[in-house]
Parts: sequence; C-alpha cells; structure tokens
Amino acid sequence: MIDSLWGALESGLLYAFMALGVYITFRILDFPDLTVDGSFTTGAAIAAVMISNGYSPILATLSGFGGGLVAGVCTGLLHTKGKINGLMSGILMMIALYSINMRIMSKPNISIYDMDSIFVSIQPLIIVPIIAIIVLVLLNRFLYSDIGLALRATGDNERMIRSFGANTDLTKIVGISLSNGLVALSGALIAQQSSFADINGGVGMIVIGLASVIIGEAVFGARNVIHHTISVVLGSIIYRIVVALALRVEWLEASDMKLITAIIVIIALVLPSTRRVIKQKKMAKKRSAEILHVGQKKTMGGGV
Amino acid sequence: MLQLNHVAKLFNPATPDEKIALFDIQLHMKPGDFVTVIGSNGAGKSTLMNIISGVMKPDTGNVIIDNEDITHLPEYRRSQWIGRVFQDPMAGTAPRMTIEENLAMAYARGKQRGLSLGVKASKRTLFREHLSRLGIGLEERLHAKVGMLSGGERQALSLLMATFTNPQILLLDEHTAALDPARAELITRLTESIVREMNLTTLMVTHNMEQAIRLGNRLIMMDGGRIILDIDEERKKDLTVERLLGEFEQISGHKLSDDRLVLG
Repeated sequence: MIDSLWGALESGLLYAFMALGVYITFRILDFPDLTVDGSFTTGAAIAAVMISNGYSPILATLSGFGGGLVAGVCTGLLHTKGKINGLMSGILMMIALYSINMRIMSKPNISIYDMDSIFVSIQPLIIVPIIAIIVLVLLNRFLYSDIGLALRATGDNERMIRSFGANTDLTKIVGISLSNGLVALSGALIAQQSSFADINGGVGMIVIGLASVIIGEAVFGARNVIHHTISVVLGSIIYRIVVALALRVEWLEASDMKLITAIIVIIALVLPSTRRVIKQKKMAKKRSAEILHVGQKKTMGGGV
Repeated sequence: MLQLNHVAKLFNPATPDEKIALFDIQLHMKPGDFVTVIGSNGAGKSTLMNIISGVMKPDTGNVIIDNEDITHLPEYRRSQWIGRVFQDPMAGTAPRMTIEENLAMAYARGKQRGLSLGVKASKRTLFREHLSRLGIGLEERLHAKVGMLSGGERQALSLLMATFTNPQILLLDEHTAALDPARAELITRLTESIVREMNLTTLMVTHNMEQAIRLGNRLIMMDGGRIILDIDEERKKDLTVERLLGEFEQISGHKLSDDRLVLG
C-alpha cells in the first residue's frame, strides 16, 4: 500500500510536466490542444531510440523535449497562419505524429530495460522532485517576463494585447510549442521510468492532463500563476493516487481508468456552471422577496 | 502628423449587401490637434478608427503618420505610434491579470518584448505615480485583478494605459458611451487633462453633441462614409447644438439619426 503511494507520488511528478503543458494551452491560451496525445509519444520515442543507441540519457531527454517543441510549432502554424480551427489543428497534428512517431521508433514498441537512464544512477524520488522544482521555477519566471505577460494576455484579451504591439500569432505559437515541449519531456521521462516506449503510449493523455489541472484547481485553488502551476503539479499527484487506489478495488479493471478520468473531467466542467445557475436563482428569489416585502410595507403605510 | 489620403473602404464588395463604409476620405491632422467626430449610425466613424489603427486595411488610399506611409503595416506594428481606448470597458484591459501586469504590458508598447521581468520595483514606483494622478485610489491596488474593477475604473485604467508611453496619435472610440453619467464625466475630465498635459494628437468619436463641441479644437461630422462638415477652432467657439443639427440637416438633406445620440 505504502509502496504504491510512493510510486503514485513519483509518476504523479513525472506526469506533472504533461499537466503543466496542458495548463499552458487549456488555461492560459484557452486553446484545447489535442497534439498532446501525439507529442507525449514523440518525447518517449525519441528518448527510447536514443538511449537504445547508446546516447546519454540526459541528451536523450532534452531531445525528447525538443521534439515536442517542434510538434507544437507545427500545430501553432496550422492554427495561426493556416487559420485552421484550434481543435482541428490539434487533431491533424496528432494523426500526423502517429506516423512520425512510428518512423522514429521503426517498430511499435521499444524496450530499454537494463539500459542506462537518468534514474539508474540517482534514486527517482530524489531526482524527480529536483527536476519538478527546476521546471516550475523556470516556467514561472517565463510567465512573469514581458513575453510571458503578452502570452497570458493573448488568452485573456487578444484585441487588447495586439493594440499594445504584441504579435499574437507569435505568442500563440510560442505557448503551444512550450506546452508540447513539456508534454514530450514528460513522455521522455515516463519512458525511462517504465523502461519502454509504446506507439500508443500517449492515447488519452489530454484528458489525464485536463483532469490533473481541474483536480489541482479544485483542491488547492488558483490565486495567481505561481499558485496555479503548483496546484497543477499537486493535482497530477492526486490523480495518480486516485488511480493507485482505484486499481486496488476488486471489481474495477485497469482499463476502466480512462472512463473514470473522463467522468472526473465531465463533472468538473459541468459542476461550476450548474452551481452558478442555482446560486443566481436563489439570489434572485431572495432579492425579489426583499423588494416585495419593503414595497408591501410602504403601500400599507400609505393606504391606512 | 496624421494624414488620410483618398481612403475608401467597401464592405461585402460585389454582393447584394455591398456597403460604402468610407468614400474618398481626406483628413489631415496637425500635431496637437484634438478632433471630435460625430455622425449618424453607419456614417463610418468606427471604420475610420479601424483604418487608422490597422484593424482594417483601406481598399484604396493611404494612411500616413509622421511622414511615414503605414498603410500596409499590421496593427501590432503600428501600435508603437497609436494609443486606443475602446467603447467597451472590458476591451482595453486583461481581466485575469493584475493592475500592475496590465500597466507593464502597456509600458512595453513599442519596445522589443524580452525575457526580463515584466514588473520590477522601479516600474512599480512609476506605475503608482501615474495611477495616483487618476485620483481614484488604484495606486493602492496594484495586485488586484482588473476583472474586479468597476467599468469606470477599468476605463480610467485603459485611458492611462493608452497614453502613458506618449503615443503620436490617441484614438478614443466613444470611450465614455458605456458608462453612467457621473463616471462618464470623470473619464471626460481625465481625458481632457491628459490630452492637454501631454499635447497628444487626438481623434475622438462621441455621441454626445455637447461634449463634441466643448472638447477639442476641431469638429468633423460624418455621414454615409464621407466627411460632410469640418469646423475649425475659430468657428467652433460660438457653435451650439441647435446650430450644429441645423447645419447637418442642410448639408445631408436628412435629420441626424442616432438612437444613442445625446444632445447634452
């Protein structure tokens, strides 16, 4: 039990980079980017192929990150310069990446069991939090820079930031690229942790990323960007703990996880708007009762 | 300073819905000119603003700022010369970002945006100083999200953001129309003092006839995509709302029709 919780903490932190990538597109740019399902595998594929060919694990990991950056640039170009709808450009890149990933791996599954990885020389539970903190610090420093502010404003009020001289096509491309870089970094690290890369490894990643972002926000809040990014990382860990616990339930199967994830996201998307409607109705009822009450008193006073 | 030469713009060209938005517009503004623009619905006032700021490209003619032809520059590259305040108080600021972050983005106008921190201690002092001049206490709320501000406060902030990097041209697109009278008056007063202090070349569209006469040193009236009346400083001094309406009817042959028109 304790073992599986430590394992959940470790993979939660590794998948957190993917969740941070989804946070950039989904929350900052307001752009649901399905490229994620492809670019996660791209990161895993590049890292696994390079490691099995004897390259250093660090170089392999960074190359995986680079592969994701390039994939993101392509999606960004399709969306901004090609004027293709956001969802559509993500789907197109996701499909294209399946073939590209197959070319990179040249077979559907690569094992790097017993080979060098960044987890071989150092304990995963030491190195992974260190990488997570470095990424969090760099990401936040970027989001508070002049470019970062322009990137955030692009998702918040595009017309306004354009009138202050930002090229919003460029900020979108930078954001989508960075997002997929982080997703691919996550893929590269997961491949090394599990000692293999699979062509279908990225399927459903976008929903897992969304679930992590939403769980993090719901549990830990999101006052500002620093707070928000930390919440996303913690959300990813909670998601993995939920998965670990669900796998111990007898009548649940491992393949049910995708359904459970989808349900979590659906609840999180539906709940806030229904809650708002109910709250507004209550408020309106209360206010009109108040006004009626006051009005009745007045007429009575005047009538008598 | 600002020149529009023979500018024309069609909407939906060669379709049954074809509409002449601007027809052979000639407009020259001298440095420091404060021009107010009035006109009926669909006269082309907003299109004029969009052509100057680069949101739309003219079909023919050119736009010149400071002897430089900017007709084909995209909006984000023109913005180094042009400050703009929109009618919608939501349009000029980013609601999920803080007051100081919004100001930092306005401060970066015309500069290369890099990786240095957007809000620094030195900038914060500058922002406080500028905000305190608005006189509505925003300098105490640098970390507040702009979405929490009222419409009037947001519009005051928009006005500050549009002007504090000293643009060559200031475009005001009915920027008091969505506010209640008291707040509209505050924003009008702020506009007047900022424009005078910084000696900004300003083009202001308004529905308020009295405001159009009171503010600025020149008044133009538009109808059907043309500038039909151009009143200079001398003649503007003894202009009244009645006389202005009379002139409009005489030239255009119909009454000034505008559902939002305020006579003042």
